[in-house]
Amino acid sequence: MGYLELRDLEKSFGGVLALDGLNLDLAAGELVSLLGPSGCGKTTALRIVAGFETPDRGRVVVDGKDMTRVPANRRDMGMVFQAYSLFPNMTALGNIQFGLRMREVGATDRRRRADELLELVGLSPHAAKYPHQLSGGQQQRVALARALAIRPKILLLDEPLSALDAKVRVSLRDEIRRIQGELGITTLFVTHDQEEALALSDRVGVMSEGRIEQLDTPARVYREPATPFVAQFVGVTNALHGLADGDGVLIDGHRLPARGAAGHPRGSAIRLIVRPEEIGLSPVENGGPVSPGALTGTIVTQSFLGAFMRLTVRLGGDDGQLLRVDVPSLEAERHSPGSKVAVDLAARPPIVVAA
Amino acid sequence: MTAPTPDALAPSAPSAPPVASGVAGRARAPRGSRRRTVWRWLLLLAFAVFFLVPLLAMLEFSTRGAGGRTFDAWRAIVKDPDLVSAITISLELAVLTAVGMLLLLVPVATWVHLRLPRVRRLIEFICLLPLTIPAIVLVVGVAPIYAWVTYFFGESSLTLTFVYVILVLPYAYRAIDNGLGAIDLRTLAEAARSLGAGWASVLARVVVPNIRGALVSASFLSVALVLGEFTLASLLNFNNLQVTINLLGKRDSAVSVAVSLASLVFAFVLLLALSYVGRRRASSGVTEEG
Repeated sequence: MGYLELRDLEKSFGGVLALDGLNLDLAAGELVSLLGPSGCGKTTALRIVAGFETPDRGRVVVDGKDMTRVPANRRDMGMVFQAYSLFPNMTALGNIQFGLRMREVGATDRRRRADELLELVGLSPHAAKYPHQLSGGQQQRVALARALAIRPKILLLDEPLSALDAKVRVSLRDEIRRIQGELGITTLFVTHDQEEALALSDRVGVMSEGRIEQLDTPARVYREPATPFVAQFVGVTNALHGLADGDGVLIDGHRLPARGAAGHPRGSAIRLIVRPEEIGLSPVENGGPVSPGALTGTIVTQSFLGAFMRLTVRLGGDDGQLLRVDVPSLEAERHSPGSKVAVDLAARPPIVVAA
Repeated sequence: MTAPTPDALAPSAPSAPPVASGVAGRARAPRGSRRRTVWRWLLLLAFAVFFLVPLLAMLEFSTRGAGGRTFDAWRAIVKDPDLVSAITISLELAVLTAVGMLLLLVPVATWVHLRLPRVRRLIEFICLLPLTIPAIVLVVGVAPIYAWVTYFFGESSLTLTFVYVILVLPYAYRAIDNGLGAIDLRTLAEAARSLGAGWASVLARVVVPNIRGALVSASFLSVALVLGEFTLASLLNFNNLQVTINLLGKRDSAVSVAVSLASLVFAFVLLLALSYVGRRRASSGVTEEG
């Protein structure tokens, strides 16, 4: 039993199903991200937890107490929004004190708590500034401090970094993780940015069409996607077509080892999920020998991406399948468009999913 | 940003080198700009004459005396008990109407923005109705209701507040609706709710302070409208400033004109204040975006 439990949540908007029996448990102090494309229902789930939407079916339970019908202002949940949500008529200090004022906390305690939080988010010198005098990153820091000031049971983050530029986003992301770790507050984070979700979370729930497709640690979601959707949504993925062959697969007449192949009938069409960085490439010198089991291909394009080079390799002949392969930039000098390469998929056997 | 002049948009002659064309364009622009400035001043002057001449004529008439200029008519404004009473009633009506309008419209408009955006057009249409219904028709409809109003609230002219709140709806609703549209109301309200604010606190501490300019605009418009209202008060047999001025006009035209001028100037000052508030709001909006 989790600290926050979402049980069989269903919600429709005008006949469109936004949540289709969503179940999720968060342990106390855990940070879980809901990751998915626009319209997958992640924000609806968060808004139901916050009390801004009422589910058609299902329950929201916090610390054993059913909160499904409790109004938003009595849930004790802090929320940071995607849009800048500071009250324009109040200073940073006033914004942070707002929730405490609503709880009728005395002026001295209010001020002390607000000062603590301003220090926590590194904005003590900006206490007297109004929102329009703060940068986007500073505004979101104040919003985070404001949400934490009330010592909420749950912290809800609704894509709080999406309006910020890349550099500020990374720094605030690290700051959120640090603060969440320091305070040990149970946090539900909603994002469509997989890098954010993977970097921040204890666990990631990948959502599609109102359901969680996989809920697991970031490493397992990335390395062992449970469904074709997760495999394709998280990270850069190659999906090769092949045929199941016992505990392996057949691609272009070559038999390769693969994880999960045994569950598919021999000869059935399957898809093989393989990450670009898990593929080995070696040049084939003048039609020289290729190691047994390795596929051969021709480099079609190459793109320099800083630390690594992304190569596109066409397997087999002219109508072969295309494969993206990442190689360290320093090693990429061995390859150039048009050159023949041996493609080794055995280092980390790919995952088989239904076609 | 000034729109480009037709000259500037016209293609240059094929034989003319581009540089020459550019120079010609630059030379023409200040002349066009000067011409526009002159026209602006001429128009301003024409409007000033149009509005000021009658006001000056009123001032001249109200200060006309047997042996030269006199301010007797102006002094009489504060000496005539009927007039003082009418001014007091009209000011009270203006304040009550503004307060009533705010109490009615702010929660309704906020609720419509937050919860019922689909009925926004319908509410706007209902609020615009008083503008399209002639005053005499309005009186015919309202008179039977006023029989009950006077039964419950007495025969005080202050009961006109009810019908005046309806009368100011078209102007006030539009101002408040624009104010609400200019802020991210949903996010602000949800942020306040998540921090523990009830709906009353959301309205009082978040909505009202952030649409203050719109509320001031709506209030000023209501006050200006109420101070100039004659038809409804007269047809419903109530006494207000305009009704008293009308009666006074039959008895002492100089005092009547002096009061009219004073109320016009008062409304004018109110509208100036309104435009100042609007400009200040616009400039603060720019700062926020920056």
